[in-house]
Amino acid sequence: MPRVLLIEDDPSVREGIELGLRRRGHEVRTAATGEAGLTAIQEFRPDLLLLDLMLPGVNGVQVCRRVREGSQLPIIMLTARGDDFDVVVGLEAGADDYIVKPARTEVIEARIRAVLRRIEEPGGRPAVELHGDLAIDRAGLTVAKAGERLALAPSELKLLLYLTAAPEQVFSRQQLLEQVWEHSYHGDARLVDACVRRLRHKIEDVPGSPRYIQTLRGFGYRFGPL
Amino acid sequence: MRPRGARWRARAGLRTRLLLAFLLVAAVSAGTTATLTYRKARTAILEQAQDTAVSSFRERVSDMATPLPIEPQSLQEQLRALARQGKPHPWVVFAEYGSIRVSSGTSPVSTVITPQLRRAALANPHGGFQRVEKHGEPWLTVAVPTVFRAGKTVRPTGLVLYAVMPLSDEEANVRSMVTAARDGALPGLAVAIIPALLAARSVLRPVRDLRKASQSMGRGRLDTRIQVKGGDELADLARTFNESAIALERSVGELRDAEARARRFASDVSHELRTPLAGMLAVTEVLDEDAARLAPDTAAAVRLISAETGKLAVLVEDLMEISRFDARAAELNTDEVDVAQTIRKTLTIRRWTDPDRIVTELPDGIRARLDPRRFDIVVANLVGNALRHGGAPVTVRLRKAPEAHGEGTRLVTEVADSGPGIRPEVLPHIFDRFYKADSARTRSEGSGLGLAITLENVRLHGGTIRAANGPQGGAVFTVEIPLTGGEATGGEVRK
Repeated sequence: MPRVLLIEDDPSVREGIELGLRRRGHEVRTAATGEAGLTAIQEFRPDLLLLDLMLPGVNGVQVCRRVREGSQLPIIMLTARGDDFDVVVGLEAGADDYIVKPARTEVIEARIRAVLRRIEEPGGRPAVELHGDLAIDRAGLTVAKAGERLALAPSELKLLLYLTAAPEQVFSRQQLLEQVWEHSYHGDARLVDACVRRLRHKIEDVPGSPRYIQTLRGFGYRFGPL
Repeated sequence: MRPRGARWRARAGLRTRLLLAFLLVAAVSAGTTATLTYRKARTAILEQAQDTAVSSFRERVSDMATPLPIEPQSLQEQLRALARQGKPHPWVVFAEYGSIRVSSGTSPVSTVITPQLRRAALANPHGGFQRVEKHGEPWLTVAVPTVFRAGKTVRPTGLVLYAVMPLSDEEANVRSMVTAARDGALPGLAVAIIPALLAARSVLRPVRDLRKASQSMGRGRLDTRIQVKGGDELADLARTFNESAIALERSVGELRDAEARARRFASDVSHELRTPLAGMLAVTEVLDEDAARLAPDTAAAVRLISAETGKLAVLVEDLMEISRFDARAAELNTDEVDVAQTIRKTLTIRRWTDPDRIVTELPDGIRARLDPRRFDIVVANLVGNALRHGGAPVTVRLRKAPEAHGEGTRLVTEVADSGPGIRPEVLPHIFDRFYKADSARTRSEGSGLGLAITLENVRLHGGTIRAANGPQGGAVFTVEIPLTGGEATGGEVRK
């Protein structure tokens, strides 16, 4: 069972989610502040981070950035509906997914499994694929550009693997949400857009005029043609 | 708003009335002056001519020696001499004596001498005179009886002399005076138009300012003020307008503040409720699982708390959603989608797939730019309501229709149920917040905000929603969302 670190300042939410997840067999560690959470990451070595965006002191977005500086730890933000701006900022900072509070434990667990699943299930193709300057190792789940290994967050890696599995095929944002994020059909397309932006920043030569991940206005995204 | 033409007419009306009033005053004063002057002058001219003629004729007649008995031949000679001495114009002189008729002219009898004058001449030794009009020509007729003096007595001889003189020269003078008066009055009237226009302008400018300001206020610009100039009645009106505008702005501002406070309060309350709910909702599963092992009463209480927590979470979420609409913070995250596919997905996710309960008429290939999440909420709310309050089968129809006004097409989504329909008194309130069509109906069926949220979501798409009863009974909800040109052509592209 995955080890989950929950950073949440409100004691009742913290306790409730911890209780719910523990009952489902997760090993849960909680932290009440961003600082305590960052320390706990070192000791506890979680498989996934559940991160409340509204934290006193070091806030969720800052925690997210710090984690992303040196780690590909999957991050799910806890947010409240209506905090649209925070969602966008959190996604830009490198979060892989978000959950709107209040949420039932089954919803939280399903999202945790979805985020973790793509790490555990490799694409199933052997060897290393080459796309332009990109070398994609589906077995080792690594991506290198011009020989240099790229640090991709789980959602970025999964999206890239999904798009490169069918180069030049156009996927709508809703399709990507269903396949990559395992959201129901009417998910939040901003998840895709933010992830594409982050990915472009890492793999494109010029993020402003993308070569690998191209936009088809009105339809969605595709990989290539190179 | 009144049409442009009517506004123009109204403005022209005031100006026209002012101009007409000015012209009327000018015309009346010019006319009165001219008439009085004309009458005085006419009388003076005619009387002068008349006095000259009468006195000189009398003088001539008294100087004339009347040879008796009357000899027509010599009398005519005398008459001709008399006529030549006529003043101020030559006369035609007629003489009547018994049955003898003699004149200095061609005809022995005058046609302008009236019997009245003849009687006056016989009755009065000084004779008489009369102004006569014949065929539009004015004539002066003077009658003088000849007398003979025997010592101190003066006796009429029976011979009466008449002088007939045309007054056409005098009449021409008078007429030229009338012409002069008219020629003077017309430029006067024309000149009067200028002050009239100026006055109209000075009246109309504040009126126009007032109209503009009122329109501006009507458009919601409550900070509109008029520049007050001078101290006349119109300035007073402008001042009153400004005062009213200030008062209106203040009270509207207070109302807005109160409304904003109320909305903020609802939003804040929902926010505050969300945090405890987040903790509670996370543990409802634990409660449900363990309820079976508890004492019956405790188990029932625990299940109740669990169920109500879930509903409370839905209610709070809906409240949050509606306060975001109220705060105009709701965003439209549009994507181009195949609408039929989107609706089918909505139905599938919620397991509304039983063909006995849900009938769909969803033609493929209609592409539209929508917020899929919000459109999903719209369809799900309508179908969910139809299943709960109406009755199966529920029909979901999709079609494109031309825009009622102007170009473009609309996306029409219709959800019809087979229930008893909506009572007419309920229809106007169906989209109200927390409106319960049937007070007996339990509140377990939703937050009471579902249709209000649906309405807001449709509006956010620039569309309309209406509720009605179908011809076979059963409620029909129709959602119409405009498709702009770009999206309509997008529908032609098939993947």
